[in-house]
Amino acid sequence: MAKITIDNLRHSYLPEPKRDEDFALKRVHLDWADGGAYALLGPSGCGKTTLLNLISGLLHPTEGRILFDGRDVSNETPEHRNIAQVFQFPVIYDTMTVYDNLAFPLRNRKVDEAEIRKRVTAIAEMLELTATLSKRASGLTADGKQKISLGRGLVRSDVNVIMFDEPLTVIDPHLKWQLRSKLKELQHRIRRTMIYVTHDQTEALTFADQVVVMNNGEVVQTGTPIELFEKPKHIFVGHFIGSPGMNVMPCEVKGGKAFVNGHAVAADNAASSDGSSRLELGVRPEFVTFADKGLPVDVVKVSDIGRYRVVDTRLGGNSVKLIVPEGGAIPEGKAHLAFDKAHTQIYSDGWLVGEAR
Amino acid sequence: MNKTFNNKAWWMVLPVFLVVAFNALVPLMTVVNYSVQETFGNNEFFWSGTIWFQQLLDNDQIRASLGRQIAFTAVVLAIQVPLGLAIALCMPRKGPWVSVCLVLMALPLLVPWNVVGSMWNIMALPDIGLLGKTINALGIHYNYTRDPVAAWFTVILMDVWHWTSLVVLLCYAGLVSIPDAYYQAAKIDGARPWAVFRYIQLPKLKHVLTIAILLRFMDSFMIYTEVIVLTGGGPGSATKFLSIDLVQKALGGFDLGPAAAFSIVYFLIILLTSWLFYTLMMRNEAN
Repeated sequence: MAKITIDNLRHSYLPEPKRDEDFALKRVHLDWADGGAYALLGPSGCGKTTLLNLISGLLHPTEGRILFDGRDVSNETPEHRNIAQVFQFPVIYDTMTVYDNLAFPLRNRKVDEAEIRKRVTAIAEMLELTATLSKRASGLTADGKQKISLGRGLVRSDVNVIMFDEPLTVIDPHLKWQLRSKLKELQHRIRRTMIYVTHDQTEALTFADQVVVMNNGEVVQTGTPIELFEKPKHIFVGHFIGSPGMNVMPCEVKGGKAFVNGHAVAADNAASSDGSSRLELGVRPEFVTFADKGLPVDVVKVSDIGRYRVVDTRLGGNSVKLIVPEGGAIPEGKAHLAFDKAHTQIYSDGWLVGEAR
Repeated sequence: MNKTFNNKAWWMVLPVFLVVAFNALVPLMTVVNYSVQETFGNNEFFWSGTIWFQQLLDNDQIRASLGRQIAFTAVVLAIQVPLGLAIALCMPRKGPWVSVCLVLMALPLLVPWNVVGSMWNIMALPDIGLLGKTINALGIHYNYTRDPVAAWFTVILMDVWHWTSLVVLLCYAGLVSIPDAYYQAAKIDGARPWAVFRYIQLPKLKHVLTIAILLRFMDSFMIYTEVIVLTGGGPGSATKFLSIDLVQKALGGFDLGPAAAFSIVYFLIILLTSWLFYTLMMRNEAN
C-alpha cells in the first residue's frame, strides 16, 4: 500500500519529442492518498492508458518522476514496484487450472505453498470462483476469465497499488454491473489503493472517490463525482460527464453581468470575469427550468427518456437542453427559460473563470 | 410448415463431384486397380490378389528404405522444430530488421528443389566445393560420395538449410499474434523468461507448431528431388529413401503391380501418422 505522487510527468512515444503535440502525456502532476479509489476518465486516446502504464512501469517516462510513499520508483521494473494490473482483455494462462492461475504471481515470488493455498482460497471465495478452482482456465466464459485476471491482481497482500485498464470492456452488460459492484465492495473491504481507467462515466463515477478527467494528454479536472457534476472546471468536463452534457453558449460580460443573445443572465462567477477573451456560459440541463419570464426560446424537440424528459430548445443560434421530470408541464412553441444562478458558470477559453488551474 | 421437396439442387454439386473424381478418386482407384493385378504387357491384366502386398512386406530392401526414411524424418524434425522455434524467438518484433529477417528466412524456400540438390552437390564436393574443401582442410576426412556418414550429414544439413525457414516463419507468425497484454501481465506477475515461454508462448504456439510438424513430417517423408540430385540414393543405398525406392521400382523395373501396392502402403503410412498426430494434439482442446 502506498501514497502515489506523480511529479511533472511527461511521456512521448517518439524517440526525440520536440513540439507539444509529440507528447502523449503533457505534464501531469497528481497526488493520490493511500487506500483511495481513483478513476482516470477520458475519451479514447487521451493518454489515460499511457499514464497507467507509466505508473505500473511498463513504460518509462520521457520526463518527470513517480514516487511511491516518497520513494522514487521511476527507474524500477514493474516487478520491483510491486503493483498489480488488470488489462482490458482477460489474460489467463491457458494450460493452467484456475487455482494455478491465481497462484502464479505468488509462486513466482517463492511464497510458501500453505500460504498460497490460504490466499488463493480467500480470493476465490471473494470472486465466487471456488467451484471452478480445479477446472482448466481456458474453458471459462469471458467474465470468468476476467475474474481470474482480477484475482491475480488481488491475490498478493503486499501490492502498492492495483490498476484496472478498462477491465469491463468485454463483459456482458448485466455482468458488468455485478462485477462493478464486486470491485467496489472489494475496495471497501481490503482498502488498497486502486486506479481504474475507463472512458465510461458511469463506471468512473460509481467506482471512484476521486475522478481524474483527462483530455488530449492533459488532466482537465480532478475531483469527487459531485464536484465534476456541479462545477466542471472546463467545458470538456461539462460535455463529457452528464447525459445530456452541459449547455454551452457564447456570452458577453459587461459590468460584472453576463449577457446571452443580449439577454442578461445571472451567473455564479460573472463578477470575476474581465471580459477579455472568448467567453462562454455553461449550465447543465438539470439546472434549467421553464419560467414565466426569462430567456425567450423556441421548443424544438422533446425526448422521453423514461423517468424524465429531455427538451431541446433554441436560443438564437444555440441549442439549450433542459430536463423536465415526469409530470412536469412542457409548453409548446415559444417559452421562457430560467438558469439556476449557483450552477451557471462563465468559461474563458474553455476554462472556468475565477478558478486556479 | 410446408416444405417443398425438390432435389434438383443436387445437380449443383455435380461440377465439384467431377473435379474431385478426376483429381483424386480416379487416379487413386487406378493405383488400387493395378495393385491387385499382374500384367505381361499388351494391356492384358490378370487378377493376382494380395500377392504384391505380401511381397512388399517381406521385401528386406523396402524395409531397409522404410527404416532409413523414418530415421531421416525423425532427425530432421528433431533438428528443425526446436531450431526453427529458437530462431523465431530471437527475431525482432518491430523495426526495420523485421523485413530483412523475413526476406532472409523466406529465401531458401524460394529455391527450386532440384537447384537445392545441385547447389549442395557442388558445394559439398570434397575437391572443389566450398564446404567439402573446408571440412577436409580442417583435417576431417569428408567425402559424401563414398562415406555413408558424410552422405547423411550432407543430406540432413541440406534439408535443415532448405526447410527450417518454414518452421521459423510459422512460429514467428504465431509469436507476433500474441497480444502485448500477455507479456505485460507476465511481467507484473513476476514471471521469469522461462515461465513466459512455458506458460504463454508455447501454449499459444500449439496450433502453428502442430501445423509445422505435420507439414515437415509429410514433406520430409516424401523427399525425393533434393536427395536424388545430391547423392542419387548412395553411396550404395545409404541414402535411398522410400520415394527413391518407389521410383526405381515403378519406372526402372516397370513393375506396375508391386509399385502400385508400394504407393498405397506409402500413402497409408503418411495418412495414418498425420491423422494420429493431429487427433492426439487436438484431443486436449476438446476437453
